[in-house]
Amino acid sequence: MTELKSIVSPAIQIDDRLHEADHPSSAVAKFGMDQPLKLDCGVDLAPFQIAYQTYGELNADRSNAILICHALTGDQHVFNTHPITGKPGWWDTMVGPGLPLDTSQYFIICANVIGGCMGSTGPASTNPATGKPWGLDFPIITIPDMVRAQTMLIDRLGIDTLFSVVGGSMGGMQVLQWTAAYPDRVFSALPIACATRHSAQNIAFHELGRQAIMADPDWRGGRYVDHGSHPHRGLAVARMAGHITYLSDAALHRKFGRRMQDRDLPTFSFDADFQVESYLRYQGSSFVERFDANSYLYLTRAMDYFDIAADHGGVLAKAFRGIKTRFCVVSFTSDWLFPTSESRALVHALNASSARVSFAEIETDRGHDAFLLDVPEFFDIVRAFLQSAGKAHGLKAGG
Amino acid sequence: MALQEQTLPLPGIAPDRTGKYRTDHLLVAGMIEPGSRVLDVGCGDGELLQLLESRGIDGRGIELSREGVNRCVAKGLAVVQGDADTDLVNYPDDAFDYVILSQTLQATRQPRVVLENLLRIGRRAIVSFPNFGFWKMRLQLLVGGHMPRTENLPATWYDTANIHFCTIKDFVELCDAINVKMERSVALDLYGRPVPLNLPWWVWNMFGEQGVFLLSRGK
Repeated sequence: MTELKSIVSPAIQIDDRLHEADHPSSAVAKFGMDQPLKLDCGVDLAPFQIAYQTYGELNADRSNAILICHALTGDQHVFNTHPITGKPGWWDTMVGPGLPLDTSQYFIICANVIGGCMGSTGPASTNPATGKPWGLDFPIITIPDMVRAQTMLIDRLGIDTLFSVVGGSMGGMQVLQWTAAYPDRVFSALPIACATRHSAQNIAFHELGRQAIMADPDWRGGRYVDHGSHPHRGLAVARMAGHITYLSDAALHRKFGRRMQDRDLPTFSFDADFQVESYLRYQGSSFVERFDANSYLYLTRAMDYFDIAADHGGVLAKAFRGIKTRFCVVSFTSDWLFPTSESRALVHALNASSARVSFAEIETDRGHDAFLLDVPEFFDIVRAFLQSAGKAHGLKAGG
Repeated sequence: MALQEQTLPLPGIAPDRTGKYRTDHLLVAGMIEPGSRVLDVGCGDGELLQLLESRGIDGRGIELSREGVNRCVAKGLAVVQGDADTDLVNYPDDAFDYVILSQTLQATRQPRVVLENLLRIGRRAIVSFPNFGFWKMRLQLLVGGHMPRTENLPATWYDTANIHFCTIKDFVELCDAINVKMERSVALDLYGRPVPLNLPWWVWNMFGEQGVFLLSRGK
C-alpha cells in the first residue's frame, strides 16, 4: 500500500477536475427548479445539468440521431481530446467519419451520466444549497434515472425518436433501459457486453471497490474536498480491482506473462517486480487523475441496483412486450464480467417478445474491455446492423 | 452441403436470372406468402433469408456456428446464435407464420422434438432434407458396402454432422405419427429439378435426391 501511494502522481490536477464537474468543457443543458429530474429514490433533483458532446449534423427530419451511452468510467468525450488527460476520445476507433458510427452520416450524442463527474450533476458538483460539493448528500441514482435525464436532454435537442442507442457495459444497461421504458423513441438498439441485471459476482466486485475507497482515511466520510484531500489510494485500488474484471486470464498472460518490470531477478520485496503489477498500478494512478471517488461509489451502486425483470414482475420478456425496436446484441467470448449467457438470456426474452433481434458473440481473448478495442469482426457487425437499420428507417446511405 | 447452383422455373416464382440463389431456396421461397413472418432454423450464411427479405418477407434466423451468425448479422439480417435442439423451446407458440428447417433436420439430436417445435412456433413449417433413399445412396450401400457419400454429402461417416439420416418414406411416416399434415411435397432430383408430381411415392423415394415439404398442424 505504501508503494501505491508513491505511484499516485503528487501533481494531480484536482482543481481542474473539480472545475470540470461544474463547468465542463462540453455543451451543457441546464434544467431549472421547474424541470426536476424525478429520481427512483423519491427525490426531485433540481436544478441539475447534463454535459454532452455531439458529433456530425442532425438531418432535416431529425431522424439520424444516435445516442451513445458511456460505461462506468467513461464520459461524453467519445471522439475528441479529453479535457483532463489530453488523450484521444475513448471510442475514436468506432466513432468518426467513415467508421461504423459514421459522423458524416449520423448525428451522434454522448452525455455524461447523472452521478458522473465530467459536468453532469453528481456528487462532485456544487450543491446549490450549501455552495459545497454534494458528496454523500447527493441522492442515490439508478440506471433508469440516468436514462430519464437523457430523455430530457433529447427533448431539449428537439429529437423525438433516436435512430439508435448504443452502449457497452453500463452503457449497454442504459440502452436496455431506453428500450424497456421508451420503446417508441428508439428505432434500433445496440446493447454490447452487458446484462439485464447485475450479477451477485459483479455486485461483489463493486463492493470491493467501494470498500477500498471508504477505507482510505483521505475519503473522510465523503467530504474529502472540504478537507482538501482525495482518496487516491482507495480509488486506485478500486480501479485496479475493476480493471482485472475487464480483462481475461488469457489477455493478461499474453500481455505480461510472468515477466519482470525493469529487472531480471525478484527484489524480495513488495515492490512491483512483475510487469502486471506495474501495469495495474499505472491504471490505478492514471484513473484517479480524472475520476471522482464519490462518483465511483454512486455509479457502481446504480449498476448494482439494475434489474429490468424485477421492474416487470420478474418476467424479462414483459419488459419488451410488443417492442418494435430492432436489436443487435453483442457479447465477447472471454468476457466473464458480462458473459455471453447474460446476453443469451436477453435474446431469449426478446425472441419471446417477437422483437427483431440479431445476436453475435465475438471470439476474442481480450475480455470485457474488447468492446473498446479494435476488434474488426465487431466493427463489421455494428456497421452492417446500423446500415440495414438505416435503410429501414429511411436514412440515406453515404455521407 | 452445396446444392445444384443451376436455376429452373418453379411454380409461383419468377426464374432467378442471376443464378444467385440455390434451387431449393427458390422452391422454399415460392411456398411462402409475401408479408409473412418467417424463422429460418439453421440459416447458415443467410442466403435464404436474404432471398426472403428481397421478397418482402420478415425473416429471422437461428444458426449454430458463430461464423455463420456473424456473417448474417454483417449482412444486416436478424439472426441469433442458437441450437435447434435446445433453443426452439424458448420461442413462444404461434410466433411465426412459417418456420423453415433447411437441410438441418438430419443433423439434430432429436428430429421428432424439433419437428414438433417447428409446428408449435410456426403455423406452418417448411422442411427440406437429403433423401437417404435416393438410388445413388442405395447403390453405394448395396454394391459398395459402405456408408454412402455424395457430392452434396461428402463427409465420411465418422466426421459427418448428419446423425439422423432418413428417407422421404421415413419422414412421411414420422409426420403421420405426430399428426402433421403435408400441404405440399416436392422431391428434387440430382439436378435440383422437381420429380414429376404424378409419379408414385416409391419413385420419389428412389429418385428424389432431397425432399422439400410444406407442413401444417394436423387436426
